[in-house]
Amino acid sequence: MKVEQISVFLENKPGSLEHATRVLKENNINIRTLSIAETVDFGILRLIVNDVEKTNQVLKEAGFRVSKTIVVAVEVPDQPGGLHGIMEVLQKESINVEYLYAFVEKSGQNAVIIFRFDDPEKAIDVLLKQKFTVVPGAKLYEF
Amino acid sequence: MIYNEEFETLPREALKALQLKRLQQVLQRVYYTVGFYKKSMDAAKITPESIQSLKDLQKVPFITRQDLRNNYPFGLFAVPMSNIVRLHASSGTSGRASVFSYTRRDLDTWTDLTARSLVAAGLNKNDIVHNAFSYGLLPGGLGLHYGIEKIGASVIPISDGNTKRQITILQDFGPTVLCATPSYALHLAQEGTAMGVNMKSLQLRVGIFGSELWSDATRDAIEEAFNIKALNIFGLSEIMGPGIAMECLEGRRGMHIFEDHFIVETINPQTGETLPEGEEGELVFTSLTREAFPLIRYRSGDISRLITEPCRCGRTHIRMERVLKRSDDMLTIRGINIFPVQVEAILKDIQGVEPHYQMILDKEGALDAVELHVEVSDIFFGEAGGVKELQMIEKRIVKDMKDYLSISPRVKLVTPQTLKEGGKKVIDKRTI
Repeated sequence: MKVEQISVFLENKPGSLEHATRVLKENNINIRTLSIAETVDFGILRLIVNDVEKTNQVLKEAGFRVSKTIVVAVEVPDQPGGLHGIMEVLQKESINVEYLYAFVEKSGQNAVIIFRFDDPEKAIDVLLKQKFTVVPGAKLYEF
Repeated sequence: MIYNEEFETLPREALKALQLKRLQQVLQRVYYTVGFYKKSMDAAKITPESIQSLKDLQKVPFITRQDLRNNYPFGLFAVPMSNIVRLHASSGTSGRASVFSYTRRDLDTWTDLTARSLVAAGLNKNDIVHNAFSYGLLPGGLGLHYGIEKIGASVIPISDGNTKRQITILQDFGPTVLCATPSYALHLAQEGTAMGVNMKSLQLRVGIFGSELWSDATRDAIEEAFNIKALNIFGLSEIMGPGIAMECLEGRRGMHIFEDHFIVETINPQTGETLPEGEEGELVFTSLTREAFPLIRYRSGDISRLITEPCRCGRTHIRMERVLKRSDDMLTIRGINIFPVQVEAILKDIQGVEPHYQMILDKEGALDAVELHVEVSDIFFGEAGGVKELQMIEKRIVKDMKDYLSISPRVKLVTPQTLKEGGKKVIDKRTI
């Protein structure tokens, strides 16, 4: 049920994000969703892509520092309170969220929220028990 | 004024005779007490008895900084610890630093030599000395401290740092003498001016500066900023500390090397061959009277030139010109000597980065600023892909650099491409 996210280290200098997106384009890699975490000196580009292994490889070959990170994707109706329902459960079970980002599905009906937990296994268990839709990696990459 | 008239004005013939006698004595001592010297002299097929003239000293093999590191921490001490009363050390991680030891008599000699240096700068017991050299493991601050007390002047042991406090004390205590690294002196001047203090109208009349490479242009800037006479002092921690050589107020050209305690030679740093006095080369020092930590033919790495012409001050001791170059890759950052290999050793111990780096040295105002670019490793943020992990790595680098080398760099994590583009490990944009 887990999803692999590609995390790319980016220096805070002009052109470094452009370089990464160029490598993805040239290798015909499609980005499903992304987010960027930034500090004064550097950023981390977080990507959900259609081909995790290839992305990992081509970015490394281009000289980037890349790692794969396990995240969890949860589907909720795109309406007020969608995210809150999840957060309520997580709070009750004392599960910490390190970061999250989200996107709306093509149909426009549902939103998918990508979570990074320090204990993804436990989080998945809890979410499934509460009847949330956890989207498996294979499905997400093909969205 | 001359502090030790008898020895500082000894006719050169007598001085040479004294040097030879002391050289023969120190060779006897180190040959029989320090394994390193026995080995190196045996390998060169000489004994202490082979040295019958000062020229014969050239037969004795050099000792290098690497030899000091190889014998870390106490391998080169010539007396038992019970006779040692103080230890100083260079910065660096274990095995990459050097430790220097002193007997009671070594400290007395050192005090005599710093007293000579201060008197050569025109100081007397009426002076108040603001000593902003660093007090601690490095020998700068404490070395001068005892000389200042010895001549009866008043010492303010302010050490370095806390600049605003220093400026307050410069105003309120009215010191007449400033001792500091040249860059810190300029920093004091700039900060003081920014605080609205007229730094030219303090009580200061003379400054003693050293432990960094600095040029005549910097001297002019300091003299202008404080309206003082600025003099150059020379020291090597390995040999003793500050007070190996001192510029005199009368001559103000080159520093007198206290030759009754040290022999200086100039060599070609590539071939090791001895050069005639007066030619530019690497200075090699032999300590004649040190008991705890005598060094024979120590390669200083400092490039300079000896001045043999007599000086108007009356001292007969030879002079050395200011050091403006190094024969090796040693860097002096805010008065602290470090080697690139020491930076590498620190990075090797930190998980998440490679020991690949580029260090960019520049001036931030008057002070040295260090920017350290370090390559993140492939496993850099591991599972979490997190910002936190990387920030912790940055903090760890800053802390270890501070703890081991007393340098506070600005750390920037970079990818391998960036370092490749940058090329060199050290880019020094500073002008001296």
